[in-house]
Amino acid sequence: MSTNRSSYLNRRKVIRGILTITAFGVTSKLWTGCTPTAQQNPTNSPNSTGTNSPGGTTKPIVMGFIYVGPKDDFGYNQAHAEGKEGVAKIAGVKTVEEANVPETIAVQETMRNMINQDGVNILFPTSFGYFDPHIIKVAQEYPEVQFLHCGGLYEEGKHPKNIGSYFGYIDEAQYIAGIIAAHTSKTGKLGFVAAKPIPQLLRNVNSFTLGARTIKPNITTQVIFTGDWSLPVKEAEATNSMIDQGVDVITCHVDSPKVIMETAEKRGIFCSGYHTNQAKLAPKGYLTGAEWDWTSVYSKYAQMISEEKTLMNGGILHVVRGGLKEGFCKLSNYGPAVSEAAKKDAEATKAKFMDGSMVIYKGELKDNTGKVILPAGKEYKQQDIELEKMNWLVEGVTGSITS
Amino acid sequence: MATETIGWWGVPLAIIAGTIRGSAPFLFVSLGECLTEKSGKINLGLEGTLLLGAMSAYATSYLTGSPWLGVLMAGVAGMFLGLIHAFLVQQPKVNDIAVGIAMIIFGSGIAFFFGKPFIQPVAPRLPAIELGNWSDIPSVKAALQISPLFILGLAIAPLMQWFFRSTRWGLFIRAVGDSPEAAKAMGISVNKVRMLAIIAGSFLAGIGGAYLSLYYPGSWTERISSGQGLMAVALVIFARWNPVQCLYASLLFGGSQAIGPALQSVGVTGYYYLFNASPYILTLLIMIITCSPKRTLSGVPGALTTQN
Repeated sequence: MSTNRSSYLNRRKVIRGILTITAFGVTSKLWTGCTPTAQQNPTNSPNSTGTNSPGGTTKPIVMGFIYVGPKDDFGYNQAHAEGKEGVAKIAGVKTVEEANVPETIAVQETMRNMINQDGVNILFPTSFGYFDPHIIKVAQEYPEVQFLHCGGLYEEGKHPKNIGSYFGYIDEAQYIAGIIAAHTSKTGKLGFVAAKPIPQLLRNVNSFTLGARTIKPNITTQVIFTGDWSLPVKEAEATNSMIDQGVDVITCHVDSPKVIMETAEKRGIFCSGYHTNQAKLAPKGYLTGAEWDWTSVYSKYAQMISEEKTLMNGGILHVVRGGLKEGFCKLSNYGPAVSEAAKKDAEATKAKFMDGSMVIYKGELKDNTGKVILPAGKEYKQQDIELEKMNWLVEGVTGSITS
Repeated sequence: MATETIGWWGVPLAIIAGTIRGSAPFLFVSLGECLTEKSGKINLGLEGTLLLGAMSAYATSYLTGSPWLGVLMAGVAGMFLGLIHAFLVQQPKVNDIAVGIAMIIFGSGIAFFFGKPFIQPVAPRLPAIELGNWSDIPSVKAALQISPLFILGLAIAPLMQWFFRSTRWGLFIRAVGDSPEAAKAMGISVNKVRMLAIIAGSFLAGIGGAYLSLYYPGSWTERISSGQGLMAVALVIFARWNPVQCLYASLLFGGSQAIGPALQSVGVTGYYYLFNASPYILTLLIMIITCSPKRTLSGVPGALTTQN
């Protein structure tokens, strides 16, 4: 191609171009570096003391939230982002956030940036996969910063003292959603679109089914594993296949239930949400949903920290868990298709959860291959560690966890 | 299995329905890529184009209330990315694969940036043509809802085949793709033809994006494409740069997306990772069966992956 010889850049032009870009880069970097300090001087600098934090502490509470995906996906990340919005309203608490941070070394950089530049002293890296090795590594570097991880992986003695973990028993809400689903279903077949067979997810499937079977003992739940947390086309296919097989209430455990709810609504069946409130996506068919209530959890943390309690001085427990009673999760408002009888049963069960007398897993309990999981008379309370190793599906679930 | 449901018939039905529902994005992107590659350049950036198309279609449909305007906008947005790609790859000493990777990141980046406010609202979708009204079974009815866009794609494939084989412009594109020197000797502007081929290809890929966000699965999220754009680029090689074979390959991949879920829904519960991987296994098998040590890939445009 010798014809357009003239369009080659000569060396001088290249050097001039690089210098210009560098100069522009440097100035614009300085420029952005200055703006936030000018705007938010009182709270941004960790040394300033002029904050109105409760309890008269001198150090402002700066919380950093990190999400693995987009924060408005009608799912897991949105639930956390709503929690962050809720806690940001509390006086004396400043929050920063970053979305779409992959579970790689990138999250370590994000954590360091938040600590060094924004003066964050409490970090909430919300994705399960952030924990090992990323949080552990950064926590060792910054022993004065507290790391609270959503997922319950902390082990006493093994991990640094400035790490804590929190997680909710959202299967309690799924249990009640199962009751409502059973009341609403006409075909006696419920559907569950699942991502991967991990214990937390299986627990949701099992609780949903057990809840449903208290109303109709012969009802079944069809579970379909898509294989990953966010596969919109496969999720839609799974929903359609189950509807073709006669399923008429569908729920799920994937990162973003948006596509599933919309597909169910399009095909005219009922659906039950997960993570956040998806009523807007399915105004006719939305029954209820198991939602996280991170606002209440994060507010409690903010309260404890403003009282100068920390993970390091033992004021904050390293492992915090809870269900409906502790305000970790809640139910979406009932949709128009929920009958009065269903509401009554659901409220009665909810009341039992609230006073702590409810036990979901009690004998005699069989898995779906007929093996006895729990003999009659025995029970697993919600806090039981056995439930966190769940690798079985209860009787009534159609599906298998062997990949 | 209850009597009122369709039981095992659900598997072939789901595969057919999945083919009808899920293959259009593959089809549009692979046809676009086929057109581009016939002119001798690769546009790997169609994954980004697909996402930007999906976003702009959804946004336009939401803001104007007209999904068809959204489809058009998706095409225009695709052309915009195509224009950038076409300009860049024709600079001297620029590698089209590297530019393509940059365009994936750029396209998805601007799609995410402008798409933020449109994740929450619900936009009007494309209507479907109901072909299943003869049946009383609701699942058959649902399976036979066909999007007009899919029919458009079905029509474009043979049309493009004819275009390449029998028209003057098709000859220009093939000449530019096979032997730029010969094309130049014919008096064709290589740059102009490639520019147009890349832009037209990106237009088609943008339409594929519109199908994703406005028809099936029918919503805008940042994970909507889940790699389908890249898969479709690979499909073109699999289809030996032949538009009609692109159609068959797209149907195969669209249908196979449904296999895993459909088998699980009738009670085949194990090995779902294996079933989900079935299209790739099938691709490998076909590649192995059709390959030969004695000749190179047939149909490959001569100037592809060369520097001119």
